[in-house]
Amino acid sequence: MFKYIFRKAVGLIPVFFGITLISFFVIHLAPGKPTDLNTALNPKVSYESRERLERLYGLDRPVYEQYASWLKRFVMFDFGRSFIDDRPVSERILERIPVTLGINISSMLLIFGIGLPLGVLAAVKRNRIVDRFSTVFVFAGFSAPEFWVALLAMSFFCITLGWLPVSGIKSLDFECLTMGGKILDVARHMVLPVCIAAFGSLAGISRYMRSSMIGIMDLDFIRAARAKGLSERAVIFRHAVKNAILPVVTIIGLSVPGLIGGSVIFESIFAIPGMGRLFYDSVMARDYPTIMGILSVGAILTLFGNLLADLLYHAADPRIRVEESRKL
Amino acid sequence: MCVVGRWSLVVSKIPLAMLAVFFLCLSSALAETPEYGDAIVVASIGDARSLVPILASDSASSDICGLVFNGLVKYDKNIDIVGDLAKDWEITDGGRRIIFHLKKGVRWHDGAPFTSRDVRFTYNKLVDPKVKTPYGSDFGRIESLDTPDDHTVVVNYKEPFSPALSSWGMWIMPEHLLKDKDLNSAPFGRRPVGTGPYKFKSWKTGEKIELASNPDYFDGAPYIGRYIYRIIPDDATIFLELQTGGVDSSVLTPLQFTRQTDTPSFRSRYNKFRYPGFGYTYMGYNLSDGRFRDIRVRRAIDHAVNKEEIVRTVFFSLGRVITGPFIFDSWAYNKSVAPAPYDPSRAKELLKDAGWYDADGDGWIEKDGVEFEFTILINQGNNERLRSAEMIQNYLKAVGMRVKIRTLEWSALINDFINKRKFDAVLMGWFLPRDPDCYDIWHSSRTREGQFNFIGYGNGEVDKLLEEGRRTFDQEERALIYKKIHSLINADSPCLFLYSPDALPIVSKRFRGVEASPIGIGYNFTKWYVPKEEQKYK
Repeated sequence: MFKYIFRKAVGLIPVFFGITLISFFVIHLAPGKPTDLNTALNPKVSYESRERLERLYGLDRPVYEQYASWLKRFVMFDFGRSFIDDRPVSERILERIPVTLGINISSMLLIFGIGLPLGVLAAVKRNRIVDRFSTVFVFAGFSAPEFWVALLAMSFFCITLGWLPVSGIKSLDFECLTMGGKILDVARHMVLPVCIAAFGSLAGISRYMRSSMIGIMDLDFIRAARAKGLSERAVIFRHAVKNAILPVVTIIGLSVPGLIGGSVIFESIFAIPGMGRLFYDSVMARDYPTIMGILSVGAILTLFGNLLADLLYHAADPRIRVEESRKL
Repeated sequence: MCVVGRWSLVVSKIPLAMLAVFFLCLSSALAETPEYGDAIVVASIGDARSLVPILASDSASSDICGLVFNGLVKYDKNIDIVGDLAKDWEITDGGRRIIFHLKKGVRWHDGAPFTSRDVRFTYNKLVDPKVKTPYGSDFGRIESLDTPDDHTVVVNYKEPFSPALSSWGMWIMPEHLLKDKDLNSAPFGRRPVGTGPYKFKSWKTGEKIELASNPDYFDGAPYIGRYIYRIIPDDATIFLELQTGGVDSSVLTPLQFTRQTDTPSFRSRYNKFRYPGFGYTYMGYNLSDGRFRDIRVRRAIDHAVNKEEIVRTVFFSLGRVITGPFIFDSWAYNKSVAPAPYDPSRAKELLKDAGWYDADGDGWIEKDGVEFEFTILINQGNNERLRSAEMIQNYLKAVGMRVKIRTLEWSALINDFINKRKFDAVLMGWFLPRDPDCYDIWHSSRTREGQFNFIGYGNGEVDKLLEEGRRTFDQEERALIYKKIHSLINADSPCLFLYSPDALPIVSKRFRGVEASPIGIGYNFTKWYVPKEEQKYK
């Protein structure tokens, strides 16, 4: 088993460096320079000043040289300093992670908490009104543009009803609140973003669960359980769900990189300082060190998530285990 | 006492009924003595980058630096230069030397005194090749800078350069805090210390920046206690926040200004302001393109496009048609130059003179069998420009020109098309500094790759006047020069001057003392206040 994990993990290292190499060259293919955003066509910034800036950022060197120096720093866990504000890239990423992680974990809990039961319900009541209704509901969430749903919800809950704050993650008087007040304040700010993020992703999980469940419900052992005279409740929860949920669980592994990813549109609308905006702003400003930092973290998490999914399959399905050991 | 005496003199001459009204007004005016306290919440689309003043090149960083720091000079409400940290100044040696006399008793937020050494330090950093500042060029013209005593700064220039005085609006940095630091990465950029009306308090990246009033400010402590700068990247959200009162002040789009804020709830809670903006939008031609080199073609386009209608439709008339490259309300703008009237038939005549007419009757004009077809490039994310380009497309279709529009991301547009001069026409804007010197945009020597005269304009007379404008210090003389430049450039039509959109700020009604002026509403921000009973934040 450990041998298997080790082999898999070692195999991922060249893949990782391949990803960084391709990313580095691709981002340099995009036209423009980090110095453009605020200095191009600014009559107060002369041509000579811009040339000076490009030299200071090391942009006058060839791309492969720039990659080599990036790599040299990276293997010593130094992500470099941002072109935007000259702060360490690791610091810029770390300060965004708690908010992003908090929203993503809570919306993921909500997605699984609602999506799984909804999928089971739809499978059990297949082609009946409940199934039809849930299908329409989850696909409405899936197809409606997130920003539009968000704006409608903000307008209704925050302005018409006045129940929730429009945007941000804390109130302006946050520092003066009691501990309980602070928690409540953050919770009130998080309600809309978390619910709307979850609404858009319900379709995936619930449909996956539904089809997995339908596949199981037709199998012989379910018929046997029913023939034994078990109650329908016991058949569904003790036998069917338990088996149907296994493939769904491996999705968790694949959603690991998504935990630190954020959506730009979404974070912009709710004024949340998360990873999505950091990435978008960095791309727009051609802040190469930050872009590379985020891409590397994303690559590591994606590879790690794949490994985790492999292992979960491995643990969940004896057939895979046998085949792997045969290959070894 | 003197004031009371004058009132009574006036009072004795007006009828009783009016007198009563007069007293009512007077008493309410007297009751409104400015009061301290409350906070203002301002929304910004982007976060600040660095609060080291000489590195601040984005609008958010500049907004904050403007409240935390001071320059030696600043612009007053009528866009005239007045002293800020400098009490006054002398210009001698035919403009080669400026002697600043600094105000005494000014202190940094940490209590250290402000002296001429801070000015010298700021200058040294501006010209230090290792500092990533984009503002070095104006200061590179300085031959030497001396500080004979703590409150005098003598600046010697290599040659007379009249925009130099306004360049000293550059914010001054404290030497004692930054002396041996690497400015580019100094923590100072996240925790600035200045001399300005507000002290830096906190910065939560991507969320908000908070400032607190400086009770010892040399120009009088500001009334509003806290300044909260919220970063809200989406316009629609800012607008929703205005409705819930989560934001006190913002800038509106023309659509929001005319329609969406025209509701009883907005009218009762907000004051809207309007003043001419500092930018203008134009369609620049690539003058190395043979078709556009013919002035008849350029004049024809000027007549074919109904600029008034663009301002009316795209900006709901919240802007004005311009005829030259200067700030509309400034002393350099030549108001005697009239815009070319909208006259499609005149346009067609001019085109025919230039050899362009519809020979085969298909509705498009040709010359030697080649149709007049060109592409207007615009940058992504600017709806007003896109709509203006679409209207231009339509107007030019009416005179037989086939126009395409292509939208490009900003960096791609600049690097691959504008800098390389690979374009037929571009619809762009210039955001102008307050000083009218526009040498870099119009001088024929500034046409290399990456320089600002990318349309390739060159007129010997304009070149000479631009050089003269930089050497002349007397404002009236300079006004004559720039007005001449204005009319010469307009006569050459090197580009299609379109419009200058108005700035449209909105401020909560609880703030008093806010008024629009040629330079905007922010110039007297330290004098804004909120009456005690209306104060919202503690």
